[in-house]
Amino acid sequence: MGNPRNAYGEKLVELGARYPNLVVLDADLSKSTKTILFAKKYPNRFFEMGVAEANMMSTAAGLASCGKIAFVSTFAVFATGRAYDQIRMDLAYSQVNVKIFATHGGISVGKDGASHQMIEDLALMRVLPNMTVLAPSDATQTEKIVELMAEHKGPMYARVGRADVPVIYDRSYVETLEIGRGMIVEDGDDATIIACGTMVDAALDAHKILLKEGISTRVIDMHTIKPLDEKLILRSSRKTNAIVTIEEHSIIGGLGAAVAEVLAENSASIRFKRMGIEDKFCESGDPKDLLEKYGLTAKHVVRQVKKLLKN
Amino acid sequence: MAYYTEKQIKELELLAVKIRKYIIEMLYRAASGHPGGSLSAVDAIVALYFAHMRHNPKNPDDPDRDRFILSKGHAAPALYAVLAELGYFPIEELYHLREINHMLQGHPVSLYTPGVEASTGSLGHGLSFGNGVALAGKLDGKSYHVYVMLGDGELDEGQVWEAAAAAAHYRLDNMTAMVDRNYLQIDGNTEEVMRLESLREKWQAFGWYVIEVDGHDIAEILKALDEADHKENMPSIIILNTVKGKGVSFMENNVDFHGVPPNEMERNLALEELDMLQKKLEASM
Repeated sequence: MGNPRNAYGEKLVELGARYPNLVVLDADLSKSTKTILFAKKYPNRFFEMGVAEANMMSTAAGLASCGKIAFVSTFAVFATGRAYDQIRMDLAYSQVNVKIFATHGGISVGKDGASHQMIEDLALMRVLPNMTVLAPSDATQTEKIVELMAEHKGPMYARVGRADVPVIYDRSYVETLEIGRGMIVEDGDDATIIACGTMVDAALDAHKILLKEGISTRVIDMHTIKPLDEKLILRSSRKTNAIVTIEEHSIIGGLGAAVAEVLAENSASIRFKRMGIEDKFCESGDPKDLLEKYGLTAKHVVRQVKKLLKN
Repeated sequence: MAYYTEKQIKELELLAVKIRKYIIEMLYRAASGHPGGSLSAVDAIVALYFAHMRHNPKNPDDPDRDRFILSKGHAAPALYAVLAELGYFPIEELYHLREINHMLQGHPVSLYTPGVEASTGSLGHGLSFGNGVALAGKLDGKSYHVYVMLGDGELDEGQVWEAAAAAAHYRLDNMTAMVDRNYLQIDGNTEEVMRLESLREKWQAFGWYVIEVDGHDIAEILKALDEADHKENMPSIIILNTVKGKGVSFMENNVDFHGVPPNEMERNLALEELDMLQKKLEASM
């Protein structure tokens, strides 16, 4: 197991040495987002902004306007929800070099309840012009994506969950990762499962179960929601007979919606299903129980793929 | 302390009249925009750009420049006119304000316009942005100073007070905020819409050094800017007591001219008044 938050915190420390102009801002959650590791190593370049996300976001833009690479962290629900107008005006519209790295995305935050379970952030960020939207899946991929975020110019949003997740990739596998290009993690001919973030692991489990039942699936880790790898989606729609998307996010506006737009506009005739949170707020509970209740496990993916292929 | 002769001040006052004339013409041609808050902000912006700030129109990205951030973005015409007069871009652009396929947007955009530091227009962001610039200056050991102009109605926004707390917390003595205190916002008197007083005490309580001046007295403004620059260990704010629509009799203290441009007759009248003011000033020099 690995934790994407830890991977982020440790990578920031490493990048701090490589980029003397890298600064980090946090809104009283540095222990949870793990920016505290950077704060300890580079106290002068870490800015504690208190519980004031709107101010933090615009301040980061001001720092970036002076040549800084500004990483901003807090929980996904606050990063996007409490500072939307600031992200729109000061980051996206102004195309500044601010990187929002949000943690605690999705429902697997668990017991804090729906107030803290962010299932709309990918949608909110995706509609903003100039914004790159990322959802890394495991700790190794997170490291690579944080590296790329520091390299690339312009505003970016990345979200990870709270929990430990199984390590999917070794370092060499993610070395060739490119923003905007989905990764085919497993290949198959019957159906395609397109997943992002915490759901890639469930998709891979589903792949194994289905294989035992004689159904071969392609699994795509779509770590970049925007710009979306449209070519890979269309190629998969021709190669396989069904596409299922799965994300720890509302089925409206996120990965599934983005894939649906591509399929519809290209007149792809394919069986298709979006899996995610079905336009509702969830509740407090153990993360495992929540994912089970709201239909975000490998078992649910298996059932959905079989259902689509049967039709 | 910088010293300005009477003649220098008169020249700045003349420039302020010139800027007001640009503003009237720009808004008339654009047939939209915000005269009231542009006219009330002119004198401070003129004082900053023509006498106080270190900046170079030929090198707008100079990393050592002083920065001015117009947080009350709807006063864009005042900023644009000053930047054009200084040569940041051709004067001709002023007459294409708010026009499709032209540079000058209804509210300032840093990407499009040389000299514009921050994209504003949604209120409440500018002070936070300015804090970021000030923090970067401290971090890099730069001596530049950051000036942020806020509207008084803008102070209704909660983000302003988040930024006020942060600037004091980080002891940003390279930050000077200014409030264009004209007492009017769209729905009426600021004290009736959402009470702001006691403004001085509020800023003091947040840890700011507060100076209050007549926002149309350029000599006073320059003195206050100098004082604010030299205040150590804490950010400063200058409360500019102003008149909305200043310089045009029928626009002064008239909330109807917050977001309504002059028609042809009003434009002619306004320019006539400003011409008279200009002649009076010239005669006194």
